Amino acid sequence: MSVENVIKIEHFKKQFGKSVVLENINLSVKKGEILGLLGPSGSGKTTLIKAIVGMSEPTDGIVSVLGTKMPSLVAVSKIGYMAQSDALYEDLNAYDNILFFSSLYGMKRKEAKKRADEVLELVLLKNDGKKLIKDFSGGMKRRLSLAIALVHKPEILILDEPTVGIDPVLRIEFWKEFERLRKDGVTIIITTHVMDEAEHCDRLALIRNGGIIAIGTPDELKEKSGESTVEGAFLYYGREGEVKSI
Amino acid sequence: MRVLSIAKRLIKQLRGDKRSIALMFVAPVFVMYLLSAILTSATTTPNIDIISAPEAYVTKLQSLANITKVDNEEIALNNLKDKSIDAYIIFNGNIPKITLEGADPSITSLVMNTLNKLSTSSVMLKPEIVFLHGSKDMGSFDSMAPILMGFFIFFFVFLIAGVAFLRERISGTLDRILATPLKRWEIVLGYFLGFGLFVAIQTIILQVFSVYGLNVPMVGSFWSVLVINLVLASGSLALGTLLSAFARNEFQLFQFIPIVIVPQIMFSGIFDLRNAPAWARILSKIFPMTYGAEALRDVMLRGKSLMDVKNDLLMLLGYALLFLTLNTLALKKYRKA
Repeated sequence: MSVENVIKIEHFKKQFGKSVVLENINLSVKKGEILGLLGPSGSGKTTLIKAIVGMSEPTDGIVSVLGTKMPSLVAVSKIGYMAQSDALYEDLNAYDNILFFSSLYGMKRKEAKKRADEVLELVLLKNDGKKLIKDFSGGMKRRLSLAIALVHKPEILILDEPTVGIDPVLRIEFWKEFERLRKDGVTIIITTHVMDEAEHCDRLALIRNGGIIAIGTPDELKEKSGESTVEGAFLYYGREGEVKSI
Repeated sequence: MRVLSIAKRLIKQLRGDKRSIALMFVAPVFVMYLLSAILTSATTTPNIDIISAPEAYVTKLQSLANITKVDNEEIALNNLKDKSIDAYIIFNGNIPKITLEGADPSITSLVMNTLNKLSTSSVMLKPEIVFLHGSKDMGSFDSMAPILMGFFIFFFVFLIAGVAFLRERISGTLDRILATPLKRWEIVLGYFLGFGLFVAIQTIILQVFSVYGLNVPMVGSFWSVLVINLVLASGSLALGTLLSAFARNEFQLFQFIPIVIVPQIMFSGIFDLRNAPAWARILSKIFPMTYGAEALRDVMLRGKSLMDVKNDLLMLLGYALLFLTLNTLALKKYRKA
């Protein structure tokens, strides 16, 4: 098993019925790296992420996580996943939601309780643990979703638009936490629409027209495109992509 | 262990949902009570007007029906039209002419039976009547009660389990828990166990109410009936969660009720199918409810033991197992492993 590449995607293709969403995707993610996936909505970011998490099988190609071909239940237990829409049990309180998910990862009750307190504190929901989710605001739900993704101390964190609906102050807190996790060797894949977030990533992959049109560090992308911001680079490569596809 | 986590979570969730609990525990009892009130109406005597008849005939009929003497046919006809009487009799010489309202078969047969008694009682000796099971006092509700009880358990369990599983899919939590090492069969079994607890409580409530509250005849053992009801409920629990996989929202799930649930009660033995076309009899053999109804009747009305109805029970268990397996397979749509 290569220690370097925690996630390896080769010749990935996914189609639903006749429409091909992604084709010929090749991507490797190193341990302790934050990879940002950028792309317009509908470009296939979530499709790619679902394949990494093992929720869908590629039409063609291979996705392997920690040296195991996905979908695999062994690898899945080392992934923390935060979905685009909050999948929480509205009739339960925050604490019970975390305990339920931790039990799915096979955590012991005592350990899970301790960990639940930790992650609730981390996302600043310590005083809302006994509150039912139906009384939560959108931002609180987002934070709880992140807490659940972290509960079993995963080696890999997959975050699908984690900062949507979160205020700027909290967003900074989130990123501080991501960087702390990276130092501990956690690998993070994150999709985003927010360009200044993209600057925080170690590498960026721009997805458009069913493929990765550019990949590199934010600085590399800016340099190659001759633009001064990631947003500019993104638009530049987007135009390029369109020209290529014609 | 994950199976138990799912079950525990469901129990916690349902405990907070008072309305669903009420639907599960109160609704079947309520509907059962209404049906018993309708179906146990006492045997009535017909109301008959007599315009002209021999004196002996009138005295004999008086013991069997409520007789009113009227002066002419016109009054009787009007009475018949506004349904204050069920029939009137006018004698044409020696031959009685009887006019009936005729739109309600049960009243028609009531009148006919009464008049038949009149003509036979004098000629023949009273036969000795022996019942192998039941008694002459057993009303139609008494004979249907075992089936109705089984059906309501079947129906309400289907509804609650189906909606709960559907909600899990709509809210995205099914997707989310499939991004954990949870196995597909663990979800299905977890749901089965979690709801199993509520189903058991529901079954006990309805059964106690039927037997001790409504005095439904109960020759067999209370516990045998409980076992049958629980096995029947397992089948509907599994069916509900399975069918919810093919519905995109609650409305689509409810569309399964007239297709899958209503025929089950019609073919389960409430109506006599002996003279029905062959396809109807074959269809009744396909529905799980038929086996539950048969077993419940055997135990409650005929006093049979669980061993006597083991074939029905095995069929029901087979169905439950089949639905659970299919449900696990249907979840492949969400995750392959």
